Amino acid sequence: MTETVLEIDRVSKSFGDNKANDAISMTLGKGEIVALLGENGAGKTTLMSILFGHYMPDEGCIRVHGVDLPPGKPRAAIHAGIGMVHQHFSLAPNLTVLENVMTGTEKLWSFRSETGRARAKLKSLAERFGLAVDPDARLGDLSIGEQQRVEILKALYNDARILILDEPTAVLTNLEAETLFATLKEMARQGLSLIFISHKLDEVMATADRVVVLRGGKLVAERRSAETSRDELAELMVGHRVARPVREAHQRGEPVLEAAAVSVRVDGVDRLKEISFRLHAGEVLGIIGVSGNGQTVLARLLSGTLARSSGDILLYGEAIGDLSVADTVAAGIGRVPEDRTHEGAIGEMAVWENAVLERIDEPRFSRHGLVDRKAAVAFADTIIRDFDVRGGGPLTRTRLLSGGNMQKLILGRNLAERPRILIAAQPARGLDEGAVAAVHARILDARKAGTAVLLISEDLDEVIGLADRIQAIVGGRLSPPVSADEVDARALGLMMAGAWKKEAA
Amino acid sequence: MSTVLDIIASAGLWGAVLRIATPLIFGTLGALLCERAGVLNLGIEGIMTFGAMSGWLAVYHGADLWTGLLVAALAGAAFGLLHAALTVTLGLSQHVSGLGVTLFASSLSYYLFRLIVPLAGSPPTIVPFAPVSLPGLAGLPFIGPVLSAQTPPTYLALLLALLLAYVMFRTPLGLAIRMTGENPHAAEAQGVNPMAVRYGAVIVGSALMAMGGAFLTLSAFNSFFPTMVQGRGWICIALVVFASWRPGRALFGALLFAFFDAFQLRLQTAVDGVPYQVFLMTPYILSIVALCVMARRARVPQALMQPYRRGER
Ligand SMILES: Nc1ncnc2c1ncn2[C@@H]1O[C@H](COP(=O)(O)OP(=O)(O)O)[C@@H](O)[C@H]1O
Ligand SMILES: [Mg+2]
Repeated sequence: MTETVLEIDRVSKSFGDNKANDAISMTLGKGEIVALLGENGAGKTTLMSILFGHYMPDEGCIRVHGVDLPPGKPRAAIHAGIGMVHQHFSLAPNLTVLENVMTGTEKLWSFRSETGRARAKLKSLAERFGLAVDPDARLGDLSIGEQQRVEILKALYNDARILILDEPTAVLTNLEAETLFATLKEMARQGLSLIFISHKLDEVMATADRVVVLRGGKLVAERRSAETSRDELAELMVGHRVARPVREAHQRGEPVLEAAAVSVRVDGVDRLKEISFRLHAGEVLGIIGVSGNGQTVLARLLSGTLARSSGDILLYGEAIGDLSVADTVAAGIGRVPEDRTHEGAIGEMAVWENAVLERIDEPRFSRHGLVDRKAAVAFADTIIRDFDVRGGGPLTRTRLLSGGNMQKLILGRNLAERPRILIAAQPARGLDEGAVAAVHARILDARKAGTAVLLISEDLDEVIGLADRIQAIVGGRLSPPVSADEVDARALGLMMAGAWKKEAA
Repeated sequence: MSTVLDIIASAGLWGAVLRIATPLIFGTLGALLCERAGVLNLGIEGIMTFGAMSGWLAVYHGADLWTGLLVAALAGAAFGLLHAALTVTLGLSQHVSGLGVTLFASSLSYYLFRLIVPLAGSPPTIVPFAPVSLPGLAGLPFIGPVLSAQTPPTYLALLLALLLAYVMFRTPLGLAIRMTGENPHAAEAQGVNPMAVRYGAVIVGSALMAMGGAFLTLSAFNSFFPTMVQGRGWICIALVVFASWRPGRALFGALLFAFFDAFQLRLQTAVDGVPYQVFLMTPYILSIVALCVMARRARVPQALMQPYRRGER
């Protein structure tokens, strides 16, 4: 057993009647990586926030190298060598990378900031851990992956020896996530201790030395990752066996949405190049690809927020010009956008408002030009019940819902009305196992009911599990469709690398 | 055409530009400081009025001019404290609180003034700051006459602009202020206390605003009347946007506006046949045009007008 650097000793914390953490104890060794697992709402973030001093625990204490940490003081946590990378980045987009990192690191009343020295330290840290980023770039101009590097560098800059990462992969593309896990291993090799929260069970098993599972605020299991399995962890998290739903054979219907050689140009660059597909009622067509290859552009085109530059879109057999957002609603096209917190729902509004937002001008939700609140709340109630949205009622502010529940609300809003077409972009990104299974089940239900589903995703398992036919998107071009029953993950991997182009040539 | 050139080439015009700009510089720097920390301070119009009144009253009752300026700054700080308590601690709407402070401070100024100074045929006066000429500069052609027409508070305003620019962009304190205005949660996570930063910025910023008001009664004029601030506070709020929240550009903006104003005053007498109100309007119209051009590129502090509550996501 290596030296213990951190002890969490019977920590409890309640929010009102809600016991978010119930007498949790765990330890962390030097150079060790521990993964913290649990469904949304299990209390992971709360525990890490207590550790970092954002919240005061009701009971229990934290010891770093055997010394009690004063509770509720981020400054004390920083001094003790704890660094935190938040689930929602805590960065300032208008400031530079260096400024973001330097804030709070010098005596407030010094006459001068030692920018030169800070820049040198940042550069050497970046080199040591392979976290390249330009210190003078404006933070808002960086990609999400780079912003996360800044978050990590911020912690390292404060000489953190214990690093906590709250769902670091939830916002990352697959490639970025792989790079991140490699970085974490390198940091552990150099003697840092890490705790990270993740839902990607495969990567958890590959990266962590130990896994700690929380459920309903209690610590329910601790395993060495060499001695457990993906299925066991999933079961421990949820409390019962979870199986992702299985797609059953099913007759597809007429084509409802077609693209014929459609190109889209954004800022002078062709982001989609003569793509063609034909989506039938009652099927799931999977568009698989690595991020940056045009998935986002495709989703935006079909949601009516981007215009095409050439080619035709056919809706129910008729050529239409460009879709507008209003058209999509009127034509019964449901949309699940990639970025649920910014495009999918308005966080500051109540759940019921988000539920009826797209349909507010329909007679059933308005009376004499005023919102019929009773009808709208009733509609939201139906969605909450039918789609198992937990964590609040119709009057709850939407941003207080967890990611999985917000996603269920968005799906529910779209599926409650039996849309003829559903455009779902990365519908399960960042969700826990239970929520993934729920979202997938809903999508398959819709397919069974005759909805045509276009599933845009970079998750191989998801696409193989849900789609009837699959097309790969590479560099803005779309491969011909293959039947999901005829391909395996390896063949799809080749398609995502653009293998079909050579055959065609 | 030649009259226009004559006006621009006259030292008198440029002396007036600096004089007109001074209260705007104080006010804009004050508003900028508040906004950089994330607090919009629409109390500025009233705080300037109160500064004008309290500074003047102190001098009228025998204090020297610098003490008068200090009294105004302290009075401004007190209103800043009020605004901070309402918006930072209680998290009330910054618009509503600011307008409330303006109404309260303006009426209180007039009330106290009337209470203490009896109504008279002509308003009572004090002896204001006299122009000083800096040794060495006074002899220079053109610049000499322009500078020797200025009173000490004008130099103070110019120095403060440089000082604020330095503090904002070269010191840890400035970074803490900017981070608080951009993302108070991030500031807190790095060990900065956003509440304290906001209180400090609003109090000091309000003190600067009040000094801008006091310049009017202690330097530009020698008496107080309730309407004398005349919307200068609102101009300052616009100048902050024009300046993209940068002290150096705020200084430039204040000088530009003052130039328009001084220029139109002289045109009024030089040009016949145009109603003088047209000239009065021009600085405002030109400001709106300048604002349209500049403000589109401005980067607003991201947490401006957002109350900060600890522990809330
Ligand atoms: N600031 C808060 N106020 C009230 N309830 C909260 C707060 N933060 C978390 N909770 C509740 O505590 C529970 C645990 O939340 P959290 O720690 O965020 O879970 P996780 O990170 O595992 O998804 C949830 O039921 C959540 O609604
Ligand atoms: Mg969480």
